[in-house]
Amino acid sequence: MDLKLDHHNEDRLTIVEVEGEIDVYTAPRLRELLIDLVNKGNFHLLVNMEKVDFLDSTGLGVLVGGLKRVRAHDGSLELVCTQERILKIFRITGLTKVFGIYASVDEAKEAHGKDK
Amino acid sequence: MATVELTFSALPAHVRTARLVATAIARRTGVEESLLDEVRLAVGEACSRAVEAHRAHCPGEPIRIELRDDSGRFEVTVSDQAPSDEIQQEQPVDLGTLSDSFMSGFGIAVIAGLADDVEVFPSPKGMRIRMSWPASLNGRAS
Repeated sequence: MDLKLDHHNEDRLTIVEVEGEIDVYTAPRLRELLIDLVNKGNFHLLVNMEKVDFLDSTGLGVLVGGLKRVRAHDGSLELVCTQERILKIFRITGLTKVFGIYASVDEAKEAHGKDK
Repeated sequence: MATVELTFSALPAHVRTARLVATAIARRTGVEESLLDEVRLAVGEACSRAVEAHRAHCPGEPIRIELRDDSGRFEVTVSDQAPSDEIQQEQPVDLGTLSDSFMSGFGIAVIAGLADDVEVFPSPKGMRIRMSWPASLNGRAS
């Protein structure tokens, strides 16, 4: 499966919907979207990965790059993910300590609201 | 089961094909379903690393992947021809030093975390990554 990307804004949060495979071939498209969103002033990103079938270290690199960009603007980049096979790669690389990872968009929105 | 060999040019689009082939052969060799995601990710990481290395050093040369059933183990070897004298050591996560370009050190760390058995052989003539997983002694294709 290829990569499908979509995004919309809810309050101050920009929700990025990702579906398919994030690998060395498709990751540049996600990188471009995250850069574009930040360049347009969206500094609080929530990436919904519930429909991601595959994620490798190239995809992790893109997410880390996005996090660095939003943090430069005092922003945030958090994830929604409950799939064990995707969470495993975050654990192996120690990135569970770097990203806020939530079980649902609503849970992330609630946590984000408390941080306001 | 005979060894299956696959060579592909150093294009990111071919990494997915390599993953699919490796997963299909792992399944036929008798690797447990619960391990197939690990095979898919580890082979993908090894091939992604090789593609990036070839694009930097020798974009015209092919990457080779060998898959074999070896006495109850499913073994995969990914060989590239890009010079690699040293392996990046695993580092604690430091956001300031991570880049959003390909993180080759992360790739090998991921493989080490996934494969049951991994050996990395760097050399000036290229890197060879051999990894294996348990498979049933009488895999479906034997």
